[in-house]
Amino acid sequence: MTSLSFPFTEAQVRALKVGDEVSISGIVFTGRDAVHKYLHEGGALPPGVSLRDGIIYHCGPVMMKQSDGSYKCTAAGPTTSIREEPYQWQIIRDFGVRGVIGKGGMGDKTLAACKEHGCVYLHAIGGAAQVLAECVKKVRNVYFAEEFGSPEAIWELEIENFPAVVTIDSHGNSLHKEVLAASQAALTARL
Amino acid sequence: MNALKDSLVELIRRTSAEIPDDVNRALIAALENEKKGTIAASALKIIEQNIELAKRKSQPICQDTGSVIFYIECPVGFDQIACEEAAREAVKEATKIGYLRQNSVDSLTGKNDGTNLGPGAPAIHFHQHRSPEIAVRLVLKGGGCENVGAQYSLPAEKLHANRDLDGCRKVILDAVLQAQGKGCGPGILGVCIGGDRATGYEFSKQQFLRLLDDRNPNPELDALEQEILKTANELGIGPMGFGGKTTLLGVKICAANRVPASFFVSVSYMCWAYRRQGVTLGADGAIKTWLY
Repeated sequence: MTSLSFPFTEAQVRALKVGDEVSISGIVFTGRDAVHKYLHEGGALPPGVSLRDGIIYHCGPVMMKQSDGSYKCTAAGPTTSIREEPYQWQIIRDFGVRGVIGKGGMGDKTLAACKEHGCVYLHAIGGAAQVLAECVKKVRNVYFAEEFGSPEAIWELEIENFPAVVTIDSHGNSLHKEVLAASQAALTARL
Repeated sequence: MNALKDSLVELIRRTSAEIPDDVNRALIAALENEKKGTIAASALKIIEQNIELAKRKSQPICQDTGSVIFYIECPVGFDQIACEEAAREAVKEATKIGYLRQNSVDSLTGKNDGTNLGPGAPAIHFHQHRSPEIAVRLVLKGGGCENVGAQYSLPAEKLHANRDLDGCRKVILDAVLQAQGKGCGPGILGVCIGGDRATGYEFSKQQFLRLLDDRNPNPELDALEQEILKTANELGIGPMGFGGKTTLLGVKICAANRVPASFFVSVSYMCWAYRRQGVTLGADGAIKTWLY
């Protein structure tokens, strides 16, 4: 298990390879469909949000507003990342993202951007909303809650010992491509 | 009305927070079957911890609490309108408490009003029967697994799938291959052979009401279910698509009549976070028994 702590430097990220299990601590920002489309179309990040040497987490959490106005995160697993494939490469390039947490893997454009700009795809366990919510130690802020709705908002989270697996590294390797090719061959042999 | 609403809120809570026993048993068996020290085994270990934690905290197993789909069996003379109103109130309340995420979006404006109510949300299927019993089953189906569902029209030339059971087998396995880990595997397939485009998908989802370890009473479909399960688990896609031995936990197939011109095979994929529960209710609306 490799520890990854904020800020996520290029050297830290380049040292990772496909199959590594990592434990992530620090600040991450959630962002999913609406945020990616918005940034792709030239939208600006709101003041206070920086993805430079940071991590974007494909997640639409369950957040409960507390009586003091703060939020408690009660479920926070990853959402399917492939929907962001048309946009992710550009966001990695333009905003200096070092890590993308999600599930299900991403495609060739993201793979190329990870290699070129020094970024990794970190696969969290889909559906494990409670284990992962326990790793959210604090909800620091929320942006675009009105515009995009709670699941699609940008949530600023402080996470600790968040488990994930590197499935796309910064050296052109993708576990998803490997498994797809192997399973395709296995199926062809059985048809 | 209030007792009925309260019962439905409790049904939603338990469906969202507690995995049914049959599914839990299958996941434990899968964990024992995966090679120790692999990332597939790590993934299943986290899944097991998650199941325990969600139950203990009465919080959603998965943050995507999904499409809310009720299947209600009721006697002749049962007030379906009042029941639907109670179900809508229950969904609203369960969302406020946090058993459900604010998960329903206006498809035209993109607005999420936070109630989980709107056209088609929740979906409620009534079925009248001769028995005096009222049975309410609930499935919460997440979007990740819904997105990897597929409908094939046979013949499917590229897949060399003709209008026969072997053709069905080919397209169902293609759906498993295309899904890879994107539907949060190990998954469960619900399949309908035949029907039209709408009933095909509808019946495929109703297969999720079956117990995971049941057997299909139709011998041909039973054989197809077992064969697809076995072959899918030889493909090496594994939990989360990480590679490994467990790609599917179960395959459930039904058949519906079709018109001569059409031959659809509709495949619905359920994630490991298989949220399905049910209750029987007394005439006063109180819960009598749990069905899973």
